[in-house]
Amino acid sequence: MGMSTPAIEIDGLSKEYPFGFLNLQKKRSLENLTMQVETGEVFGFLGPNGAGKSTTIKLLMRLIFPTSGTARILSKSINDVRMHERIGYLPEQPYFYDYLTATEVLEYFARFHQMTAADRHERVAKILKKVGLETAKKIQLRKYSKGMLQRVGLAQAILHDPEVVVLDEPMSGLDPLGRREVRDIILELKRAGKTVLFSTHILTDAEMLCDRVGVIVGGKLRGVGTPGEMVGIQTQGMEILFELHGETKNMPLFSRAMKTGERYRVQVSESELYSALDELKAAGARILSVAQIKPTLEEFFMNLVEADRAQANAIDVSGK
Amino acid sequence: MKNVLTVATNTFREAVRDRVLYNLVFFALLMMGAAILVGQISIGIEASVIVSLGLTAISVVGLFIAIFIGVGLVSKEMDKRTLYALLAKPVKRWEFLLGKFVGLVMTLTVNTAAMAAGLYLALWTVKHSFEKSDVYILAAVYLILLKLALIVGLALLFSCFTTPFLAILFSAGIYVAGVFAQNLRTMSVVDLNASTMKMLRGISYLLPNFENFNVMGTVAHGGVVPGALILNATLYTLVYCAIVLTGAAAIFSRRNLK
Repeated sequence: MGMSTPAIEIDGLSKEYPFGFLNLQKKRSLENLTMQVETGEVFGFLGPNGAGKSTTIKLLMRLIFPTSGTARILSKSINDVRMHERIGYLPEQPYFYDYLTATEVLEYFARFHQMTAADRHERVAKILKKVGLETAKKIQLRKYSKGMLQRVGLAQAILHDPEVVVLDEPMSGLDPLGRREVRDIILELKRAGKTVLFSTHILTDAEMLCDRVGVIVGGKLRGVGTPGEMVGIQTQGMEILFELHGETKNMPLFSRAMKTGERYRVQVSESELYSALDELKAAGARILSVAQIKPTLEEFFMNLVEADRAQANAIDVSGK
Repeated sequence: MKNVLTVATNTFREAVRDRVLYNLVFFALLMMGAAILVGQISIGIEASVIVSLGLTAISVVGLFIAIFIGVGLVSKEMDKRTLYALLAKPVKRWEFLLGKFVGLVMTLTVNTAAMAAGLYLALWTVKHSFEKSDVYILAAVYLILLKLALIVGLALLFSCFTTPFLAILFSAGIYVAGVFAQNLRTMSVVDLNASTMKMLRGISYLLPNFENFNVMGTVAHGGVVPGALILNATLYTLVYCAIVLTGAAAIFSRRNLK
């Protein structure tokens, strides 16, 4: 990693949308984005809704065209149609021909790739199984739930075994089990040496999966780094969840605890954690969980926006 | 070319699975039935009434399909965003566009053929025999199909840069104007000055001249459709469609999706 050419190179990409009376006004939805995604890494594109994540991805997929700037995938211009043979894309909230079944829609997409008929049938069957749609494969997509459509979308993105996979909000619309399955698929792609770029507005997804994340707010890249550098440093303390029976309510920690049902929760700083646990143990409490307290996404992004006011240019935490 | 065919086949499949199409065919068959009824009360000219009504039905139903589905070919895919995953595949935008066009023309061919079969059936019911000149009904149907292909091309072109509603209006407008293109070329109005006449004539040559495709009257009265006319109309359609589709592709290739 790092030695070879990056899988995705974005160079000064900007996108303006005309709006208003006679389209005279311009709205900037992406401003001078420059970044790289290295070969073989899982890169998370983080930002609140409307930050420019989808715009960037759509530009890469040449669904929209940049006002200025260029981008390359696998060292080829994004306008090179044959390069698209080697990449996969999951659109945000994907929607497919609803008069087709899952098998039919995947067969259809597979036809655009260089595959023999036998190859195609085999790949489609395998992928349907992988995304958990095997039992629903003969049902027309009009009867599919949002989560199931998301799985179809994922299936068509990885159908042709692409080297670079770009996923726009891959976890949206999925239940917890579905989310875990998508996480597993992303990790499997990484193990197979593929490059994955995915956008999300959920911090935990990014933390669990990504080698690096890029944070984008208001059309500007605010920083690139490991999830720890970008998000982890923001930890605000620890929360302990415990049960306590009996009358030992005179311990100092107890006054800070909040009771919900039969359980108590208490917030401590990271340095206090072990002494607090000792205290609880001595009191005979049953520890149910210890969790890091993270800022909410809104708080996290708000901090960035505020930092941005002081420092106009994009920072690069990883020091590149 | 393989990509074009893949898109075309899927477009055809969509139309086949769409119930609207069956309704239109049903409507056409109803027209055939009506033709037989009307034929029975027009003593002596049953056959020609049936042919006229039948060909009109084929033309009108085809026109509805060509305009309404033609405008929706691309705009529906953009609205529903079914286009997104597809355009990220190794597919050129013009291949998609041409595939859509070919798919709808395939659909229209099947529809028109089915309705033509219905027309022959109605004719047989009345006459219990066929004459040699009845073969020209096929020529008339073929010319209708060419006309429909032209309309699909125009509908596709309009839907590439304007809203579906306007695209429908434009397509229908061009159709009506195209029917009268011949009149526009030959008319001489005393009140108009020379330059206005020139401009009108110029416009009339830009419009598709649908009079070229109209042999309904001839066929209904057992006349002959000359081979040269069929050949000319075919070439005319090919060139016209090529120009219109090139324009559509040029616009669509630069278009930002939502």
